Amino acid sequence: MPFIPHTDADVTQMLAAIGAPSIDALFDEIPAALRSGKLTQVPEAMTEMEIDRLMQERAELDGRQLNFIGAGAYEHHIPAAVWQITTRGEFYSAYTPYQAEASQGTLQLIYEYQTMMASLTGMDVSNASLYDGGSALAEAVLMAVRAHKGAMRVLMPKTVSPLYRAVVRSMVKNQHIELVELDYDRVSGTTPVPTADMGDFAALVIPQPNFFGALEDVDALTDWAHAHGGRVIALTNPTSLALLKAPGQWGAQGADIVVGDGQPLGAPLANGGPYYGFMTCKQALVRQMPGRIVGRTVDLDGKQGFTLTLQAREQHIRRSKATSNICTNQGLVVTASTIYMSLLGPQGLKRVAAASHANTRSLLAQLCAIPGVKQAFSGHCFHEAVLQLDRPVAPVLAALQAQGILGGHDLGADYPELGNALLICATETKTAADLQRYAQQLSLALNNK
Amino acid sequence: MLIFEHSRPHRAAHAQMPAHTADISDLPASLLRQDEPLLPQASEMDVVRHYTRLSQKNFSIDTQFYPLGSCTMKYNPRACNSLAMLPGFLARHPFAPAATGQGFLASMYELQEMLKDVTGMAGVSLAPMAGAQGEFAGVAMIRAYHDARGDHARREIIVPNAAHGTNPATAVMCGYTVREIPTDKEGAVDMEALQAAVGPHTAGLMLTNPSTLGVFEKNIQQIQKIVHDAGGLLYYDGANLNAILGRVKPGDMGFDVIHMNLHKTFSTPHGGGGPGAGPVGVAARLLPYMPVPVVARENGLYRLLVEGDIPATIGRMSANHGNAGVLLRAYIYARMLGAEGMHRVAEFATLNANYLLAELQKAGFDIAFPTRRASHEFIVTLKKLKDETGVSAMDFAKRLLDYGYHAPTTYFPMLVPECLLIEPTETESKETLDAFVTAMKTILAEAYATPDMVKGAPYTQPVRRLDDVKAARELDLVWQPAD
Amino acid sequence: MSIPADLKYTASHEWVKTNADGTVTVGITHHAQDLLGDMVFVENPVVGRTLAAGEECAVVESVKAASDVYAPIAGEVVAANADVEASPEAINQDAYAAWMFKLKPANSADVAGLLDAAAYQALVESEAH
Repeated sequence: MPFIPHTDADVTQMLAAIGAPSIDALFDEIPAALRSGKLTQVPEAMTEMEIDRLMQERAELDGRQLNFIGAGAYEHHIPAAVWQITTRGEFYSAYTPYQAEASQGTLQLIYEYQTMMASLTGMDVSNASLYDGGSALAEAVLMAVRAHKGAMRVLMPKTVSPLYRAVVRSMVKNQHIELVELDYDRVSGTTPVPTADMGDFAALVIPQPNFFGALEDVDALTDWAHAHGGRVIALTNPTSLALLKAPGQWGAQGADIVVGDGQPLGAPLANGGPYYGFMTCKQALVRQMPGRIVGRTVDLDGKQGFTLTLQAREQHIRRSKATSNICTNQGLVVTASTIYMSLLGPQGLKRVAAASHANTRSLLAQLCAIPGVKQAFSGHCFHEAVLQLDRPVAPVLAALQAQGILGGHDLGADYPELGNALLICATETKTAADLQRYAQQLSLALNNK
Repeated sequence: MLIFEHSRPHRAAHAQMPAHTADISDLPASLLRQDEPLLPQASEMDVVRHYTRLSQKNFSIDTQFYPLGSCTMKYNPRACNSLAMLPGFLARHPFAPAATGQGFLASMYELQEMLKDVTGMAGVSLAPMAGAQGEFAGVAMIRAYHDARGDHARREIIVPNAAHGTNPATAVMCGYTVREIPTDKEGAVDMEALQAAVGPHTAGLMLTNPSTLGVFEKNIQQIQKIVHDAGGLLYYDGANLNAILGRVKPGDMGFDVIHMNLHKTFSTPHGGGGPGAGPVGVAARLLPYMPVPVVARENGLYRLLVEGDIPATIGRMSANHGNAGVLLRAYIYARMLGAEGMHRVAEFATLNANYLLAELQKAGFDIAFPTRRASHEFIVTLKKLKDETGVSAMDFAKRLLDYGYHAPTTYFPMLVPECLLIEPTETESKETLDAFVTAMKTILAEAYATPDMVKGAPYTQPVRRLDDVKAARELDLVWQPAD
Repeated sequence: MSIPADLKYTASHEWVKTNADGTVTVGITHHAQDLLGDMVFVENPVVGRTLAAGEECAVVESVKAASDVYAPIAGEVVAANADVEASPEAINQDAYAAWMFKLKPANSADVAGLLDAAAYQALVESEAH
């Protein structure tokens, strides 16, 4: 029996100690009618050798393509040490660090993570992570509404990822919170500062870079929101923060809450997860923050140590009055991220961000030189941009895929007003030859109508 | 020492970054960062050594017995990790076309089918990223069901007072009010209180079975009748599914919706607090509301069903496919267990729990519900010890760390004073359980002989007991450089 | 002396003192702080807020627990004790000195309807069993 160590002799002795005639007898309190029969949809057991073969075949089936899709998940180099250390049993198979004395490794690591994220975003405090970028944005919306104690409306630009907006809708719709959509400027692909009266609102979400890869006028938007009594939720890509102004420095007062997906910091694309959501905020909001938080303190001998703190906000104590029902953080991915940020350092992360920016600009220049291809928006971008093609996107992507290239993300379904729009991304992982190959293949695809 | 204290200006792990800083002069200064973020500046070896050493300050399943009740800390097979991390799986972008992900999607589809079978539900969505998100999805579906029928009077979720805190917190997030009902002396739902609580205002009942008290709800058939007769739906909190895996199906008990904690029952790692995975299973009447995406097989090909395919869906729990890598690990585990192995899980988890209960009882420990059969876990109460010596459950738990055992769950469930909730899981051997009993006996003797010594435990860990009052009063959540 | 005879009490463990100017001062009892343990956080209602009797209006938190504080009677908040917010441990040191907020009662006769020391003592004893 896989992973069960008992010998027949063990079972006999254990049943004798219990005073039960059989293992079946241990289930005697369960009504007999409920006893289930044999499982029909679960195949017979496989040995490790057999499952190894099956999974190798499946992984190979999924192959490896030259990837130019971003749209919320980004391919970056991950140092070998990151996941080798992260998957050490002591990190991998540990529980939530409730027993602080026996969990100092995980706790100190989270304290270091909180320090890094707070600094990267220009905020005072960070939690230990949430599930992913989309759910972190939803939690930020709930948090802003709680903190405002009045307005139940949050302003949500259309330049926020459509999937993130969908997650927020699912999570707040039963709480009477209204999400007010803000349209974008068709020329710049960014969110204009509202000129109409928007009424009372708890917060304005500002994505930077936005879903189109474009850079919003964060200073003006931040000041506008604060002048109208709302808080600012910054939604950012953490890699970009090595290069771009930290949300804490936006406008006169800075953003109030910062969230995003931590995936670019050391998590592989991996079919969409596990990633993690980060959340940082100003000190004044710390008690409104959901999720676990680690603090530094001392032990009985006065020695430095780390422990979960502010737990009275959480569901296991506050129950129906908790800030959120969230229980887990994405501890293991945060472990990877902390090691990633330590290995890259300020210089390395800046080089990754700069190389991704430069590669995307170079790719844009090459692609826009092809007849029938133009850039959809003026203005600055980080490491993504929108192309407009002179024909439907899907067949072009299919032709590229046949050549082993994932050419980008088709925006047609979510932004039909943009016509044949394609979102592309080139991170630091792409060489000059990769960019050329994409340009050549796109040129071929467009010539072969 | 913190990683920042290893940091020196201009030191770096040069192999890990692009060789040069690319040109960014096209970006205006007003958008650029002026200060340098506080990230470590360290060599690769510094970083590897620092985090390897930190790892060694943790207890883990791979190094210690971890009888943490309600958490199912069983062995996490190594193959589940290495195979889920094959390059073909790691490199695939979530927006890549389904044609490039048939290996992954086939695994997800088969996992859905297996979970449907073991839970007895009509449909499964793998979308929720953790147990609490599964709960959210489940209660949101209950609400969507009532709302679709125009049954807007149903605004209350009933929760036993022994339930996990996530239950009431979830109900509130779904816009419901919570009514807690008491537990009787045998650890069961108080049937009179339940009968009195239900009515046209009842949206549903959230139940953990076996309960958080480690006993099976013997009246489950009556419970489901009472709730259903009142027009409510029945929610199964899968926290304790390990106790009945392959033995009893929640669907057969009459549950309409269930979440599973794959990081418990299907042995995916806890990872120091996540990522988990909390798939939901539904009865036929809730199929239209399942969270997206769901994997479908059409003409031999797999694809994701999204909003357009399930128009009444409660929506999306994550931007992508939940915690895909965790789901892959659960799939691999399920295939290695097979049907027969899955039946064995509940049997041996129950055998281990009842054996440990019997041995601890012989050793002089008070069992919270001595007349009841343990499920996969049980509760020891140290109230008598506390009254006689002042040694609390917390003190006892801390002393166990000195003997190399992770502490059982303390102070949950709160109904039982000075409780230790103990869950050995099926993967522990008799020798490990016997050694644990010996440690428990030793500490019991110590508590009577030298109570102050026990109250000062632990002594052998990287730190002694921490001042959590100071931690909460003088918040120190991020490191600040000295100058 | 953990239940002063000159105060009034609620079943939710608030104490109430009637002041000479007709306002009432509210805090949590010694018994309540004993149950909660070391206080780490207090959040008072804002001055000017009008409260209904029994309304949740403040929060006290210890490391391991959190508890809502309820308005003992209806009234308007006329003062909130910033000192106790800055030093929550004051409640542990002397629960009856560390007042939380003052109310101007909507109806001053309401105070008479609260528990007296003997009734509160009986309540605490009954909860212990």
